[in-house]
Amino acid sequence: MDDLLTDFLTETNESLGDLDVALVTLERTPDDADNLAQIFRLVHTIKGTCGFLGLPRLEKVAHAGENVLGKLRDGVLKATPAIVSQILGALDRIKAIVANLAATGAEGVGDDQPLIAALDATAAGQPTPAKAEPAALPPPPPVVAPPVVAPPVAIEAPPPAAPTPRPAAEPSVEEHAAAPNAAGAPAVAAQTIRVTVDVLEDLMTLVSELVLTRNQLLQLARTQDNSSFTVPLQRLSHITSDLQEGVMKTRMQPIGNAWNKLPRLVRDLAHDMDKKIELTMLGADTELDRQVLELIKDPLTHMVRNSGDHGLEGPAERRSAGKPETGRIVLNAFHEGGHIIIEISDDGRGLAVEKIKAKAIANGLATEAELSAMSENQIQRFIFRAGFSTAAAITAVSGRGVGMDVVKTNIEKIGGAIDLKSTAGEGTVFTIKIPLTLAIVSALIVEAGKERFAIPQISVVELVRARRTHGSGSDSVIEHVNNTPVLRLRDRLLPLIGLNTLLGLGDTQDDDGGAYIVVTQVGANLLGIIVDRVFDTEEIVVKPVAPILRHVTMFSGNTILGDGSVIMILDPNGIARATGVAAGGESKTFNTAPTETNRSGERVSMLLFRANGDQRMAVPLGLVARLEDVEREKIETASGAPVMQYRGKLMPLVALSQHDPEQPRQALLVFVDGELAMGLMVDEIIDVVEDSLAIELSGARAGVLGTAVIGGKATDILDTGYWLTQAGQDWFHTSSGERSGARQSRVLIVEDSGFFRQLIVPMLSAAGFRVSAVDSAKAALRLQESGEMFDAIVSDIDMPDMDGLAFARAVRAGGPWADLPLIALTAHADPRHIEAGREAGFTDYVAKSQRDALIVSIRQCLSELNPA
Amino acid sequence: MTTELLDRVDTAADEEQVFVTLTVADQLCGVPVLAVRDILGEQIITRIPLAPPEIAGSLNLRGRIVTAIDLRRRLRLPDPAPDTGRMSVVAEQGGELYALLVDQVSEVVSLKARDFERNPATLEPSWAAFSTGIYRLGERLLVVLDVGRLLALSEQG
Repeated sequence: MDDLLTDFLTETNESLGDLDVALVTLERTPDDADNLAQIFRLVHTIKGTCGFLGLPRLEKVAHAGENVLGKLRDGVLKATPAIVSQILGALDRIKAIVANLAATGAEGVGDDQPLIAALDATAAGQPTPAKAEPAALPPPPPVVAPPVVAPPVAIEAPPPAAPTPRPAAEPSVEEHAAAPNAAGAPAVAAQTIRVTVDVLEDLMTLVSELVLTRNQLLQLARTQDNSSFTVPLQRLSHITSDLQEGVMKTRMQPIGNAWNKLPRLVRDLAHDMDKKIELTMLGADTELDRQVLELIKDPLTHMVRNSGDHGLEGPAERRSAGKPETGRIVLNAFHEGGHIIIEISDDGRGLAVEKIKAKAIANGLATEAELSAMSENQIQRFIFRAGFSTAAAITAVSGRGVGMDVVKTNIEKIGGAIDLKSTAGEGTVFTIKIPLTLAIVSALIVEAGKERFAIPQISVVELVRARRTHGSGSDSVIEHVNNTPVLRLRDRLLPLIGLNTLLGLGDTQDDDGGAYIVVTQVGANLLGIIVDRVFDTEEIVVKPVAPILRHVTMFSGNTILGDGSVIMILDPNGIARATGVAAGGESKTFNTAPTETNRSGERVSMLLFRANGDQRMAVPLGLVARLEDVEREKIETASGAPVMQYRGKLMPLVALSQHDPEQPRQALLVFVDGELAMGLMVDEIIDVVEDSLAIELSGARAGVLGTAVIGGKATDILDTGYWLTQAGQDWFHTSSGERSGARQSRVLIVEDSGFFRQLIVPMLSAAGFRVSAVDSAKAALRLQESGEMFDAIVSDIDMPDMDGLAFARAVRAGGPWADLPLIALTAHADPRHIEAGREAGFTDYVAKSQRDALIVSIRQCLSELNPA
Repeated sequence: MTTELLDRVDTAADEEQVFVTLTVADQLCGVPVLAVRDILGEQIITRIPLAPPEIAGSLNLRGRIVTAIDLRRRLRLPDPAPDTGRMSVVAEQGGELYALLVDQVSEVVSLKARDFERNPATLEPSWAAFSTGIYRLGERLLVVLDVGRLLALSEQG
C-alpha cells in the first residue's frame, strides 16, 4: 500500500477516535466553542486529505458533515442530540469507508446520497430534528451495502494491494453492519501505533544495559569450563542480540525522510538561480537510526544547496563547457560495513583550487610553501575549515554563517567522517560515512600507561606493530625528528603521538621496546597513536562523561566493559585537535619562526632550507614552483647526472649538498618554467618566513648570493641563476628557442638591488629573453647614449640618485628609447604608486613578489608592439 | 508558662538529624544520611587522565558510571599511604552520581541540634568552604560536610 495512504489511514483513525469523544462531549455541552472548533478542524482535515488523495466518496461525506459542523460553529444551528447523531452517522460512514480502504486499498462502492442529502438538509436549516432520527437511521442500510458489493473486490484485491494480509480486515468490514462504531479502527490500528520517542529511547537505554550485562556474564562464563550456565547463557546471549536488533529497528527510519524536502529545495534553487537542475535520489529506503537521521538532516540540506548554488554552473556556462544544460545532483545512500555511506555528487565546475589557495593564504590557514607541498585534494579540503566559503559573493541561497566547517563538525560529532573528491570541470563528490547508530559502537580496546582505553573502530584504519628502539625483527621502528615520533608507513611518513605523553600517563616503556600504532583517520589526515598493548574489539555503549569532565576533549565518553570496569573512550578528533594534525596537516613547528612586521623595505617570503649539513639557506619563495619529498629510489642517473621522472617527464636534479644515500627520502625544490622543470636537492626544508632581505655579506662561493639575517639567523641566500645553469644548457636555450622564434627579445633591467638583479636575470633568461642588467638609472641612460637598443625596459622605482620615476621621465623625454615599453618593478604596488608611475611614463606596474606577472607583462607589452 | 518555654527550647534542641559518619585523615566528619545513595567498600577505580587532581577516576556502580572524588584532595589533605583501602560515599547531584572517597565510613548516628555549632571563624578556608558546622560529640568533634559544595567541581573549573 502506498505510504501516503497508510499515513492517512493511521491519522484518520486517530482523528475519528478523537471525534467520537468530542461529539459526545458536544452533545452534553452544546455551547463549548473550543470543542466545536476542534471537531470542525478534525473533519475539515479529513476532508482536505481525502481530496488530496483522490478519495471522492470519503470527501463527499466529510464535506457534508463539515457543512453542518460549520453551521454549528457559527451558531446558525444548535447542537441538538439529533444533529449530533446525524454527524455521528456520517463519521460511522467515514469509518466504514476507511476500513474498506485499509482492507482493500480502495474506497469500495456504496451509495452515500441519502446520508449526504440529510446532512445538507440539516445544514440548510431545515427543521430536521424530527426527521433527523430517521435520517440518521437510513444510513445503515446503505452502509451494509458496500460490504455486500465489496467482498468480490476485497477478495481479489488484498494480495496485490496489501503485502501483509490482514485477516481482521475483512471480517471487520462485515462486522461493521452490526457494530459500526468499532469496525474500522482495529483493522488499521493493528499495522502501526504511535509511540513517543521517549519510550523508544528508554527501551534503547535498557537494551544497552542488557547488552553490557550480557557481555559481563559471557566474560565470567569464559573463565569457567563446563559450567551449567553455559547453555542458558548462550540462549540469553542470542535473545539479547535479537532484542537489541529489534529495538534498533524501532528507531530505524529510511534516509528518504531526511531527503523529502530536497526536491522542492532544488526546484526553488533552480528557479531562483536560473539554472536547470535535476536531482536524483538513490537508496532513499536505506535505513538508519532516527537520532543520526535528525543530526544529518541539516548538513545534507546544506550540502545539496551548496552543490546547486556553487557547484553547478548556469545553462550558458554548461553549454560552452560542452555539458548538457541540465546539471545533475545525485544523492546516493547505501550500507557499507556497519556504516551508511551517503554520496552527494554534482557534475558542476568542481572546486577552484587556485581560489582556495588564495583564500587559505589570505586567512592565514597555510603558507605558500605549505600549499605548494600539498596535493590538490588536500587543498580542496580547506573548504572544511572554519570561515571558508569559496563563493566570492554570498548568495541568498547559500546564506551566510554556515559553512562546510559546520557540516564537518556536525558529522564528526556523530562519529562520522566526510571527504570530497573534485575534478575541475567535471564536478564534485562529497562522501559522508556515518555510523548506523550512536548508541552501540564497536571499539578497539588498547592499553597505555597501565590504563585501558577504547578507540571507536570507525576511526581506526589499521594497526601496526612497531618497536621503540632499533632491534632485531622486521617490525617497523619509531623514529624521531627532534623528539617528534614518526613512522615510515609504506611510502609515507606517519605523524605519531604517544598516548602516554598525550594523556600525561608517564613513561611505561615495555622491556622489549614493543609498541602498537593505531593508525586513525581524522578527516583527511592520518595520525598514529602509540599504545603499549592492543586487546580485542568490543561492542560498547557510549555514555557521556560526567559534566565535570566535559572540558577534557580527548574523550568522547566512557563505558563499562564486559569485565565490569569503567573505561574512557578516546576521541580521535579531539586528539588530532590537541596535536594540531587536524588543522590541515601542518605541523606545529612550521609556524614558529619569528616573523617581523612593519619594517619598511622589501619584505619577501623566503623559503628556508638546510643544505650541506648545517648550512641554513634561503630562496625567495616566488621562484620555487613546488616542494617535493621523494623517495630516494626514484632518483635515477642519466649521463652521469641525477634525474627523476616527474609528472611524466625527466627532470634534471642538481645536488646542493653532498647527498646522503642513507636517507630514504629526498627533499626537492622544484623550479618550473613552462615545460621545463629542475629539481634542487636539499637536506631539509625548514620553514617559510617573510622578512626584509638585506644581503650583508656578499657571496664568496659560487651558488650563493651572499648572507643575510633571516628569521634572526645568518642565512645564505641561494643564487638561483647559478643553480639553474647547473641543470644544463637546456634550461635557457630550449626555452628561448621555443619561445621567441628567430629572435630573442632584449630586455634591460634597471635595479639597484644586486639580489633582485640576480633573481630577475636568470628568471627572464629562462623565460626566453636576452637580458641586460644595470645597477642604476644613470648607467641605463649611459647605455642609451652608447646606442644600445632593447625591446623593453624593466625598472625599479626606489633607487638612489635617480629614482625610477625620474628615469621614466628621462626616457620618455626623447631619444631612441622613448617609445619602448617601460615596466615598473616595485615593492609598493598600491594604486597611488601605480598612478604616479603611469604619469611618469611607465607602461605597466608589477609587484616584485610576482615573478610570473613580470614575464606576462613583458610578453604583453612586446606583443602589443609587434602584433606579428 | 515557664515550663512551656522550656519545653519548646527542649524540642528544638532535641530535634535530631541523622548523619553518616566517616573519617578522613583522622578527622570525624558527617554527611546527612538523606544525601547518601550508597556506601561502597574498596572499588576498582579507573583513572581519568587530564582530569582535575581531585577526581580520582570513575567506577562502575551496578551498571552506572560514577565519578569518584578524592575527599582528601578536595580538602587539600595529604594523600594516604599507598594501598590503603578506601571506602566511598555515593551521592547524587544533577542526575549524576559521584563517589566521595573517604578513609573509613563508620556508622549512622542521630545528633541533637543542641550540639550543633557554626564553623569556628578560625577554621581553615579549605575546610570552611565545604563544612556547614560542627557537632560536639562526647569526646570528638564531627564536621558536617556540605555534599553539594564538595561536588561543585565544575563551577570552579
